[in-house]
Amino acid sequence: MDTPKRRIFRPIHLLLLIPYVAMLWVGSYNRLAPDLAGIPFFYWYQMLWIVLGVAVMLPVYFADERDEASRK
Amino acid sequence: MNPTAVTIFVALFLLVTVLGFVAARWRRGDLNQLSEWGLGGRRFGTVVTWFLLGGDLYTAYTFIAVPAVLFGAGASGFFAVPYTILVYPIVYAIYPRLWSVARAKGYVTAADFVRGRFGNGTLALAVAVTGIVATMPYIALQLVGMEVAIAGLGIRMDVPVPGIGVVHDLPLLIAFVVLAVYTYNSGLRAPALIALVKDALLYIVVIAAVIIIPVELGGFGRIFAAADPKTVILAAPTAASLGPQAAYATLALGSTLALFLYPHAVTGLLSSASRHVVRRNAVILPAYSFALGLIALLGTMAVAAGVKSMPQFAEGFKAFGNQYAVPALFVHAFPSWFVGVAFAAIAIGALVPAAIMSIACANLFTRNIWKEYVNPAVSPSGEATVAKLASLVVKAGALFFIIDLPTKYAINLQLLGGVLIIQTLPSVIFGLYTNKLNPWALLMGWIAGIGSGVWMTYGAGFTITTVVPIKLFGYAVPCYAAVSSLILNIVVSAVFSWLFNAVLRTPPSDATMEADYA
Repeated sequence: MDTPKRRIFRPIHLLLLIPYVAMLWVGSYNRLAPDLAGIPFFYWYQMLWIVLGVAVMLPVYFADERDEASRK
Repeated sequence: MNPTAVTIFVALFLLVTVLGFVAARWRRGDLNQLSEWGLGGRRFGTVVTWFLLGGDLYTAYTFIAVPAVLFGAGASGFFAVPYTILVYPIVYAIYPRLWSVARAKGYVTAADFVRGRFGNGTLALAVAVTGIVATMPYIALQLVGMEVAIAGLGIRMDVPVPGIGVVHDLPLLIAFVVLAVYTYNSGLRAPALIALVKDALLYIVVIAAVIIIPVELGGFGRIFAAADPKTVILAAPTAASLGPQAAYATLALGSTLALFLYPHAVTGLLSSASRHVVRRNAVILPAYSFALGLIALLGTMAVAAGVKSMPQFAEGFKAFGNQYAVPALFVHAFPSWFVGVAFAAIAIGALVPAAIMSIACANLFTRNIWKEYVNPAVSPSGEATVAKLASLVVKAGALFFIIDLPTKYAINLQLLGGVLIIQTLPSVIFGLYTNKLNPWALLMGWIAGIGSGVWMTYGAGFTITTVVPIKLFGYAVPCYAAVSSLILNIVVSAVFSWLFNAVLRTPPSDATMEADYA
């Protein structure tokens, strides 16, 4: 009955901040080269971050689900 | 008018109409309960929620307005991509808490939660009214999407009716009446079921478009070579201004923070079966962002295809401005049967969010205005009846919006909605973590945010320009008004909460407990 209080924040959640740094720092990707199959860097790099954004959420997801399962 | 395209378009439209009515029997529940009509019984699993939210958030606006900006203004329109990347970590980290407390306390809207958390009906009213007002232009935007698709098929919009005279936008009116009737009948189940068809069509059209059109145009290298070299990427900062890069970043950030405060997004999330479904969807919904990025590039492809100077599209561009770019590109590049499929995808893509948005507004009206101020003793079935009627009124209001307002740059309407809805962030999002904020202070912050946001947007000459430069020590930082006004809102909310708590020492009146959020 006496379950430990669930922590709202855990260090692995910091991973979720990475996409904000990458995407809001517009100067880091506002350029044409290198292109990918003719698509300028500006466009394909941001498309790539859709995938990377999922990639940083996955470990957080598995850690959280494991954490909650162990408290049941 | 192209008979093949129109036939396919009408057939697909009829199919989803039938689905809309059949949906009432799907996962049958008592549709005289608000949580059944307005939240689908909170029973949608991971897959249905994925389709529902995908159909809800990536709308006809996606198809039409985002490529329209790339077509007209170049790289700046691509902010929709970082925007829809950044929204999901927030959904992942924060929204399971909202889902849990809503389930524990029977909340149907974000304003319900604010009412419970801060024990203040006035603040909840402010949140509810903001939601309804911000959503109206968003529904209107869906109508614009549908209008462009219907017009792109060459169907006449002004139809003479015997005994009445010429009726403007008749096909649109018919489509909307059909939508209104099945939403009334089936509630959230209707858009959930229709979303399956919409998304299947969407993915087929997008994949076909990004394979066929670049090949026809000689590859992406040639496509981007045809674009205006000044706007292929954003302009660099100057000595006097941070320039378009700051606008780009703040548009992405502001839109991100606003998105899941919209009533239709909250409704979609709360209809899911568990907090795990919410989390899983935060991880899998970015698949739609990828489709969005590809759709955005259609704007650049339309430039390369040269549709603007083709005489057969002159009338469409005259009526809809750059929003006609994608329809024109489809007509130019696809065989006529596939034009029917593509335009059906756009029109159905408008129906799903329009239905969910009107349901979400109806939920807000019923719970936070009708029950709170008009008839507190309303029975559960009375609640459902009020909501059904309210959904009709909301749709009529949206129709009025597009018939009476200029719609050339529909995206600006949506950005203005963002300026409004983002002002509920301190109450809803901060409220999920603390009850120490004073509700009257939050209300003052809300007033400051709405006031400054509207002042900034209209101050720019009633052109609904939503990016307003902020002067910092003589250096201009172009900033989406939603972000700058939100900062003011947060400061006011925090300072006055501290002041009121220090002086008045009123204990928080909180109907929730920490365990409700887990």
